[in-house]
Amino acid sequence: MNGDKSILSILVDNEPGVLSRITGLFSGRGYNIESLSVAETMDPAISRITMITRGDKPIVEQIKKQLNKLINVIKVLDLTDQRHVLRELALIKVYAKAENRAEILRIVDIFRCKIVDSGPEHYTLEVAADEDKLSALLNLLQPMGIKEIARTGSIALLRELQ
Amino acid sequence: MELTGAQILWQSLKDEGVDTVFGYPGGAVIDFYDALVQYDIRHILVRHEQGAVHAADGYARASGRVGVCMVTSGPGATNTVTGIATAYLDSIPMVVITGQVPTKLIGNDAFQEVDIVGITRPCTKHNYLVKDITKLERIIKEAFYIARSGRPGPVLIDIPKDVTNSRTVYKAIKDIQMESYNPTYQPNNKQLSKVVSLIKEAKRPLIFTGGGVVLSKGSDALTRLAKRTNIPVTASLMGLGSYPGTDEKLWLGMLGMHGTFRANMATSNCDLMLAIGVRFDDRVTGKTDEFATKATIVHVDIDPTSIHKNVIVDVPVVGDCRLTLEALNELLDAEDPAQIGPERSEWLGQIQKWKDTNPLRYKQDGCDTIKPQYVVEKLFEVTKGNAIISTEVGQNQMWAAQYYHFDKPNQWLTSGGLGTMGYGFPAAIGAQMACPDRLVVDVAGDGSIQMNIQEMATAVQNGLPVKIVILNNQYLGMVRQWQELFYKKNYSQTDMTHAPDFVKLAEAYGAKGFRTAKPEEVEAVLKKGIETPGPVIMEFVVCREECVYPMVPAGAPITNMLLV
Repeated sequence: MNGDKSILSILVDNEPGVLSRITGLFSGRGYNIESLSVAETMDPAISRITMITRGDKPIVEQIKKQLNKLINVIKVLDLTDQRHVLRELALIKVYAKAENRAEILRIVDIFRCKIVDSGPEHYTLEVAADEDKLSALLNLLQPMGIKEIARTGSIALLRELQ
Repeated sequence: MELTGAQILWQSLKDEGVDTVFGYPGGAVIDFYDALVQYDIRHILVRHEQGAVHAADGYARASGRVGVCMVTSGPGATNTVTGIATAYLDSIPMVVITGQVPTKLIGNDAFQEVDIVGITRPCTKHNYLVKDITKLERIIKEAFYIARSGRPGPVLIDIPKDVTNSRTVYKAIKDIQMESYNPTYQPNNKQLSKVVSLIKEAKRPLIFTGGGVVLSKGSDALTRLAKRTNIPVTASLMGLGSYPGTDEKLWLGMLGMHGTFRANMATSNCDLMLAIGVRFDDRVTGKTDEFATKATIVHVDIDPTSIHKNVIVDVPVVGDCRLTLEALNELLDAEDPAQIGPERSEWLGQIQKWKDTNPLRYKQDGCDTIKPQYVVEKLFEVTKGNAIISTEVGQNQMWAAQYYHFDKPNQWLTSGGLGTMGYGFPAAIGAQMACPDRLVVDVAGDGSIQMNIQEMATAVQNGLPVKIVILNNQYLGMVRQWQELFYKKNYSQTDMTHAPDFVKLAEAYGAKGFRTAKPEEVEAVLKKGIETPGPVIMEFVVCREECVYPMVPAGAPITNMLLV
């Protein structure tokens, strides 16, 4: 799908079926979800969904209005054009042969990753970063061989001082 | 006071002022039916669940209240889906109660289990699965509140059998407030001032009214606005009746695919369009790039998603149509009446010219078969325009829209958005329940009447004197019309020559039936059918290949009209 990326932060009732209402809205109307992450907020009755979607401006406007129309949606914040902090978490299992181990550790240091599991043949790295940094990291690790990767969707919050 | 789930449901309906429920029993709702006898609520037993949901819809459209229907789990629930989608597309307030298998069995593919909440998520305004009896009362209260407020719509409540027969305290909740649901009713005053200055400046203004005006009970305010500003009025299919259809001076008829020549021409030439409670459906706009291009468009709607969805507008106003129209009228009170409502002789004269050159027309004289338009025109005369008219979908619906002139809201019941064949007859039953003293007529085709004909038994059993006018052309007429015009007369699968004898069918159900194929008998048959007590089928054998005109081919600009 074309258009710019938008970052939406959606507060919803923490109830069964709510996520399905939201994803159903997107699939039913042909909107695109690039990433999605959901968890409870401080108030257990409310969850926060962070969603990255793509579309030109009228589509994104329509997406926001359609989300707001859902009864279980409490608030839709568009963080795209506001100062925000955005992170995603990745776990990266990389092949670590003896000749590469030092290099991997150097990369871990530069990118402020953590090694959360290691074995004779691999390291598992944990990193929280924005998308650019994450892809830079993956580029550097690629030559060593990435065995497996698990990534969360992005999560985001507004910066306090706008 | 401790009640069972079944009792809580009926008591809640009583408290909501519900007097009629359309339904069909089954295993999962048997406790509801067992408790029904304790409550003073009339239950209409239909013959198919689709009949129940359309009847509740017809009840809602005719009365302006929330329609209610009840069905069992599984197939009972799935049979309501078409009716729910029909109500959703036309924003009709409705509460649908479905039974569900016991909580413990949910997810086990139990007998007559279906995930109806999942199935109806995209075609309800909201829906609920009640897993905890202590939440039942509040959910029912919320369901009615959501169904009738804001942009109305259907709400479904799925209730497992064990919830219906366990007990809890009934609290008689009075008020409902929901943090996440607060429709905007009051329009923005700044926007309204803009509208007033636009009205003052406009040379060729046009009002385009829709279902939102009917739903918000805004017809009086709209009529006042149009008359004082001397602005001509056109309507979407759903807006018929929101402005008097017999007003020769300002009423242009419907616009769009089968709109009048003058309405479509006025739309394309106006310099100001006041679009109120409409959603710019593709059947209205044709090619959107060429829709009302000379106009500044004001769009009033209670649903923000309607705005800028299909057509980009200049002045959006989010609010209730009636409140917005009343506020506009109030602002206009402060203006010079001559300035806001000038003669507009040039503009109205131009519209008159369009009307004179291309009126809605057909020719009965000299034709020895009945023209379907003639039947509708005679129906209008015989009923003096006072009947509640429901329709099926297709040619019958368009001819009814064109030739029956609706002066009042809530007398026109048609499936506009979804275009549901089989809607009209059960909707007429619902309307007759809501308005026992009114004449209710279903204008049908020979194809669509067969989709819910089983409800004849419901009408006869309950003594509901619904009249059915079948315009029988032995075709699926509208599809045949498209095949004639756009598919080189390849009448693939639209011939309906094999049909029952509708007179005998009526008699088999214990109703009356009349038939004619002669133009000179049309009026007499209509009169006889209407005077005959109880449900009546009047079958008119009409010209087989009559088309609905004008017609704008799908996706073309609306000035691109095929005229007879």
